[in-house]
Amino acid sequence: MSDKLKEQILRSSGSNVLKCMRCGKCSATCPSYDEMEYHPHQFVYMVEKGDIEKLMSSDSLYKCLTCFACVDRCPRGVEPAKVVEAVRLAAVRRQGNNHLVPTDIPGMLDDDLPQQAIVTAFRKYTK
Amino acid sequence: MQRIGVFVCHCGTNIAATVDVKAVAEALGHEPGVVISREYQYMCSESGQNLVKDAIREHNLTGVVICSCSPRMHENTFRKAAAAAGLNPYLVEIANIREQCSWIHKDIASATEKAVILGKAAVAKVHLNAPLIAGESPVVKRALVIGGGIAGIQTALDIAEAGFDVDIVEKQPTIGGKMAQIDKTFPTLDCAACILTPKMVEASQNEKIHIYSFSEVTDVKGFVGNFTVTIKRKARYVDETKCTGCGLCTEKCPMKKVPNEFNMGLDNRTAIYIPFAQAVPKVATIDPNYCMMMKTGKCGVCSKVCSVGAIDYKQEDKFIEEKYGAIVVATGFNPINLDKYDEFAYNQCADVVTSLELERLMNAAGPNGGTLLRPSDKTHPHTIVFVQCVGSRCDDEKGKPYCSKICCMYTAKHAMLIREKYPDTEVYVFYIDVRTPGKNFDEFYRRAVEQYNVHYIKGMVGKVTPKSDGKIDVQASDLIANEQLHINADMVVLAAAIEPDKTARPLATMLTTQMDTNDFFTEAHPKLRPVESATAGIFLSGACQGPKDIPETVAQGSAAAAKAIGLLCKNSITCNPCVAHSNELMCNGCSACEKVCPYGAITYQDKEFRMPDRTTAIRRVASVNPAVCQGCGACTVACPSGAMDLNGFSNSQIMAEVDAICK
Repeated sequence: MSDKLKEQILRSSGSNVLKCMRCGKCSATCPSYDEMEYHPHQFVYMVEKGDIEKLMSSDSLYKCLTCFACVDRCPRGVEPAKVVEAVRLAAVRRQGNNHLVPTDIPGMLDDDLPQQAIVTAFRKYTK
Repeated sequence: MQRIGVFVCHCGTNIAATVDVKAVAEALGHEPGVVISREYQYMCSESGQNLVKDAIREHNLTGVVICSCSPRMHENTFRKAAAAAGLNPYLVEIANIREQCSWIHKDIASATEKAVILGKAAVAKVHLNAPLIAGESPVVKRALVIGGGIAGIQTALDIAEAGFDVDIVEKQPTIGGKMAQIDKTFPTLDCAACILTPKMVEASQNEKIHIYSFSEVTDVKGFVGNFTVTIKRKARYVDETKCTGCGLCTEKCPMKKVPNEFNMGLDNRTAIYIPFAQAVPKVATIDPNYCMMMKTGKCGVCSKVCSVGAIDYKQEDKFIEEKYGAIVVATGFNPINLDKYDEFAYNQCADVVTSLELERLMNAAGPNGGTLLRPSDKTHPHTIVFVQCVGSRCDDEKGKPYCSKICCMYTAKHAMLIREKYPDTEVYVFYIDVRTPGKNFDEFYRRAVEQYNVHYIKGMVGKVTPKSDGKIDVQASDLIANEQLHINADMVVLAAAIEPDKTARPLATMLTTQMDTNDFFTEAHPKLRPVESATAGIFLSGACQGPKDIPETVAQGSAAAAKAIGLLCKNSITCNPCVAHSNELMCNGCSACEKVCPYGAITYQDKEFRMPDRTTAIRRVASVNPAVCQGCGACTVACPSGAMDLNGFSNSQIMAEVDAICK
């Protein structure tokens, strides 16, 4: 499970966590550092180890401002904010269960609703 | 009738594990002209070579094919063996069944099939091989060293010691390079100038060494043993032969606001200047960008005060041509430009400096006479933060991918010197790793921590913010305490990555030597030929080949000198007989070959030819200078009439190989 989750996060972030040389510049540059339980460099390292469940249940996910200071300054181009974002996305997707079932769709349709919104709604509100 | 011997090598299991060598020997034994086909475990061994020699004598062979490793490895070995047995060495062909076959394939059947085909191609070629005699070319007994830093000085001193003339070309007004700017050296903390300047003086006084200061190499022609180099002697507007270096002109010059590059722009110099007190040669130079006389025609103070009349505002660049047998490249390094690292506020705050600037700030001959003061307000700093790996070990887009190697040690040195001299100053060093492989290096770093109480923090600085009260906020991570720090600092010192000098790349083009993607010169072999370039007669010394500290640079400088001396000792060197020649009857005089020749080996001349019916005609035909030709084969491809051919790699030989492969 954890391996699959790791793979999903690596893919959706587009980041190569193996490029990290553990310098800690991401955490040095982070304006939300003191609010966080897990800091940017820990996000990168814990994703690399596959230790993702702890991150998913931590409030740190929502403390990242996505200011991209870490992305800008990382000497190795690891892009930590994108890793945080990917974990956050995974957590959001997991929240609740299926809030939308296909049989509900016809009742919700109206003429102005774009097809794409239905697809997006499935992505957001289903497991 | 050809009598060819085929010898297939097992190379232990390197070849034999993937190629059925017995089957290869068997198959090649049936090729036309082959009279003997053998396999052996190590063909390059003494007994393997004897096998070849005995076969040549016994079967009176006219050609030999060795199926083994790359010709770069052992072609010479087998050529020598053939020559010892009385066969012309150029009648030996190598079929590379290791690098190009066994090492890159896994399947035995297909690798064996390929080995047989490669062997057949070599047999087809050797049928057409002609005996070649290598000529000789003389060696000019003079060396050129490009760059007059510690690397170039050491190389020149060692070559001169062996009794050969050597010229140093240095683009700055003085030799000495980066080491002259350094304050103290690790790990012994002795003064850099105290150990460097005697060597500079030794170089200037040695009658075998000639220093071309304020000069640049602009053109290189020729080949090993016989280079012709054009040196541009930049106008310094002072007659070197007259100037005594008294320094009166530099005292009297009214233009005193020129950034002093020797002190990294931290103070000013005059428009006419001598870079530093111990400069060699001690000759003044006028900076035409600032000299009032040169810019407006009004001043001339220096020429009035000069008692020997050395000032010459009309001086022009001069070009001289010299011949050399060997060239040593010692072009050195520079710290990188820090413009793109905004987070460290280097361009916003005068108190954020590079390590080389700190060297000058701490040096007795520096802008503050050796007292460490903040550049902004000349007050004593009480908290100093050092940042390691600025621009080193980066992604390609963010900086240099390599470790600059010297920064860990000089930072430990700086930290220690500051704590020693100013014990009331707190020193923080932010590091990713502390890399101290070297004799007494780790002990040195530990001394900084244990004896001098320098605060080493595992982490990195993320943001440097100059504040209105003159202090600097340094925001950083402490990875071991897992916290973010804010240090209220007075100064920040950045360990900027180092990169090869900008002149290195155009020089590499002139020398036809190779560079890596970082513009460091590439050595001929990373382990076994570390000071030679792949181009014969060009040697590498110091940081132009990769980041190095002073002891390593000096060692490499001496090693490069040893290689150059080995070359200069010879009266002549054997030329490669595999050179191009032109069939004058087929040449149509189009000049295509002359245009593509990278060595300038081809010239055209008018010759008289007999034509039908007892007439004669003058025709323009190409001729090749075999001493200059390097056998690259570019002309043979360019020639539209097929007149150009390469000895040892003739068009018919290559077609025979292709035919054998396609059969």
